[in-house]
Amino acid sequence: MCLAIPGKITAITGQLDETFRVGKVSFGGIQKEVNLAMVPHAQIGDYVLVHVGVAISVVDEEEAKLTFEYLKKMGEVEELLPNQIEP
Amino acid sequence: MKFLSEYRNPEVVHQYLDELHRTVTRPWTIMEICGGQTHSLVKNGILDMLPEQVTMVHGPGCPVCVTPLGVIDEAIYLAENEGVILCSFGDMLRVPGSKKSLLEAKANGADVRILYSPLEAVKLAQEQPDREVVFFAVGFETTAPANALSVVQAKHLGVKNYSILASHVLVPPAMEAILGDPDNVIDAFLAAGHVCTIMGMDEYYPVVEKYQVPIVVTGFEPVDLLQGILMAVKQLERGEAKLENQYARVVQREGNLLAKQTIGQVFEISDRNWRGIGNIPMSGYEVCESYADYDARRKFKLNLSPVEESKECIAGDILKGLKKPFQCPNFGTKCTPEHPLGAPMVSSEGACAAYYQWNL
Amino acid sequence: MKLSLQLNCPMPKLDFEVITLGHGSGGLLTHRLLDAGVFKLLSNEFLDEQHDGAFLNLTGPVAYTTDSFVISPIFFPGGNIGELAVNGTVNDLAMCGAIPKYLSLGFILEEGLRMDELWEVIVGVRHAAEQAGVQIVTGDTKVVEKGKGDQIFINTTGIGLVHPAAEIRIGRIQPGDQVIVSGEVATHGIAIMSVREGLEFETDILSDSTNLNFMVEKLLDELGGHVHFLRDPTRGGVATTLNEVAKKAGLGIELLQSKIPVDEQVEGACEMLGLDPLYVANEGKFLAIVSKEMAEKALEILRRDPKGKKAAIIGEIVENHAGQVILKSHIGGRRVVNMLPGEQLPRIC
Repeated sequence: MCLAIPGKITAITGQLDETFRVGKVSFGGIQKEVNLAMVPHAQIGDYVLVHVGVAISVVDEEEAKLTFEYLKKMGEVEELLPNQIEP
Repeated sequence: MKFLSEYRNPEVVHQYLDELHRTVTRPWTIMEICGGQTHSLVKNGILDMLPEQVTMVHGPGCPVCVTPLGVIDEAIYLAENEGVILCSFGDMLRVPGSKKSLLEAKANGADVRILYSPLEAVKLAQEQPDREVVFFAVGFETTAPANALSVVQAKHLGVKNYSILASHVLVPPAMEAILGDPDNVIDAFLAAGHVCTIMGMDEYYPVVEKYQVPIVVTGFEPVDLLQGILMAVKQLERGEAKLENQYARVVQREGNLLAKQTIGQVFEISDRNWRGIGNIPMSGYEVCESYADYDARRKFKLNLSPVEESKECIAGDILKGLKKPFQCPNFGTKCTPEHPLGAPMVSSEGACAAYYQWNL
Repeated sequence: MKLSLQLNCPMPKLDFEVITLGHGSGGLLTHRLLDAGVFKLLSNEFLDEQHDGAFLNLTGPVAYTTDSFVISPIFFPGGNIGELAVNGTVNDLAMCGAIPKYLSLGFILEEGLRMDELWEVIVGVRHAAEQAGVQIVTGDTKVVEKGKGDQIFINTTGIGLVHPAAEIRIGRIQPGDQVIVSGEVATHGIAIMSVREGLEFETDILSDSTNLNFMVEKLLDELGGHVHFLRDPTRGGVATTLNEVAKKAGLGIELLQSKIPVDEQVEGACEMLGLDPLYVANEGKFLAIVSKEMAEKALEILRRDPKGKKAAIIGEIVENHAGQVILKSHIGGRRVVNMLPGEQLPRIC
C-alpha cells in the first residue's frame, strides 16, 4: 500500500531527540524536509524510502541490483534442475 | 530518478513478460493487495500485456475505498465545527459520505486543508493555538507510523490542540477474510510491499501455512510487479506455497522495528468495519488510552448514528475478487466516478474506477 | 518569491497603503489610485486619453477573446497574477492564429489589498504586455468589501488580427496529424504547489508563464495551413485539453509517454505528491496539431526559439477510439487517459 518513493538524503538538519531527527531528502532535485526518526542509521548520501514525510526504510543498493540478475540466475538454475517442468 | 527509473526499463519489463509467457501453462488468479499496485498496473498498461491465463484481481488495499461512510461523516462533522481545522490527505477529499464529501463541505465554508504529512498538522496546531487541528488519519500499516509519530511529537511538544481521527486498517486480517470465504477464487497474493516495509513478513507465514497459498511481497514499479507475478506463477506451476520477498531492496523480514514500536506506543488493535466487506475482527487501529487526549473521537465525544451503505453496491464481491466490476448492473450507468454508489468506484485505485477508466 | 521588477519601476510614495471601498467609488480616491498606479505604469496614447473606451483602427479578420484570473496565491515562484492575466489572453489570441494587439484590463480589488502588492501586479502586467508587444487600451477598477473577493480578480479581453495564413479550426484535424507540445509540461502547476501550504518543498522551479504569440507567428509564417489546430493546456493540463480536442474532433489521439518532456525537478515533485504530469497546469506551453509532412519542420521552427527548445512530437491523431486519448506507457502498455472529475489532488495511496 501507499505511495512511497526513494530519495537521497542531502542534509541532516535537526536532531533534538529521536522523534525529531530531521533531514533534507532530494527527489530528482526537489528537496523536502523528511523525518528520519525511523531510520536512525541513515546518513547523508543514503537513499531512503519516504512516505508522507517520514523515511520508512533505507534502500539496500546490493539488493536493488538483484532484481536485474534474477532472470539470468533463474536461467542458470533451471539448467541444473534434473526434473524441471517444461514451460 | 534513482531506484525508480531502472524499474521502469522497457527491456527488462519485456524480459520478464517473455519469461512469464514461457512459464505459465494454466489459468491462475492472483490478487494484488495494495491500491498503489493496482494503480501502477493500470497506469502502465500492464494488465493487457500479461498472458491470458493470468488474471489479476484488485484487492481491498485501498484505504480510501474501505473507509466506512460513517467515518467520512465524522470527518465532515468535525470539519464543519468552526473551531476545527480538518487536515487530510488528498485521497479522502472526494469520497462522499452519507450526504456529501469533504470537498463539498470545504466549498461550503468548512476549513479543510490538504497536507502531505501528518507532521505538518502538528506544526499547524502550534501556529494556530486558538483552533483545534484534527488530522484525518487514514491508511494501512504503512501510514500508521507517521500518524503515530505526529501524536508522539504533539505530546512531546505539549501541543494540546491536536488530535487524530483514526481510520486505520490492517492487511493480514483482510487477506484471511478473503481466503476464508468459501467462494474464494484467489490462487496467490502479491503482498503490499510498503506495508511489509513497516511490519515485516512474519505475519504472512501462518497465512501461507494455513491456506497453502503463495504470497510474494512485491513492490510497485513495472519491473517489481512483473517479477512478483512471475515468482507467484512459478510457485503455482510447481505446486508450491511459500512466502517470498521480491521487494528485498526495502523490505526486511523483521520490518522496521522503530516504526512498529511507534505504532505500538499510540495504537492498539481493534475490530474494524470495512466498507463493502463488513466487520473484520482485530483488523484496525484505535488510539490507546495513554494518548486519549489525542484521539479526536474521545476529545469531541463523537457519537454519530451508524450509516447504511447503498444496497445496490456489490463492493464486497468486488473487493474479494468474486465479481468483476463490469458484472455489476450499475457499473458505468448509475455508478460512475462522478456519482459513485460505493467504495470501489470512489478512488482511482478502486477496482471499479480503474476499470471504468480502462475501458478500451 | 516576488518578481523584483520593482527595481525598474519603483512605487511612488502614496498617502494610502491599502485599497479601501473609497478607491472604487469613482471619486477622488479612485482617480488617485488610477493616477498613481495604472496610468503611471501603463501609459500609452490610448490610456492617456482616459476616455470611457478606446478607438481602434483594424482592418481584416479579427480575433476576440476574454479571460478572467482568480488564482491564489497572487504571487508565485516566477510571476504574479498580473503577468498571467496578460499572457493568458495573449496566448488565447495566439491559439486562434491571431497576432495580439490590444487588451482591456479590469480589476476587482478586495478592500484591504495592499497598495504595494497592487503595484507589483500592475508592474507584472506592464512587463508581460511589453514582452508580448501588446497595449492595454482600456480598463476598469472596482473595489469590493473585504471577504467578497480574494485579494484581486482580473479580467482581460484581447483583440488580435488573424494571421493571413492561419486556418485554425477543429474541423481541420485529420488522422495522421502529429501532436506537438512546445516544451516541458506541468511546470506551472508544480511551481504553485511548491509554495502551497501543507505541500511545500524546496525547488528552483518557476512558473513557465510567458507569451507564446511570436512562436505561433513564426509557425504560421512558415507552415501556414499545415498548422491545423492550436491550444494551450492550462487548467487540467495536456490530458484535459487533448480529451476536449478528441471529443470535439470525433477522432482518437495516441500519446507516447516516453516522448512527453518533463523537467527533472517537476517529475520529482509529481512522484512525491502522486501527481500525473499530464493533468498539471501549464501557462507558457501550447499544443500544435500539424500535418504529418510538416511535423518535423514545425519542431525545427519551435526549437529555434529559447522557449521552444524542448518542443517534441508527443502523439498522433488516429481514426480508432474516437473521442478517446490513449497513452502508450514507457514500458509499452496502453491505458486510457480520461478527463478527471475535478482538480487532481495529491495522494498517498
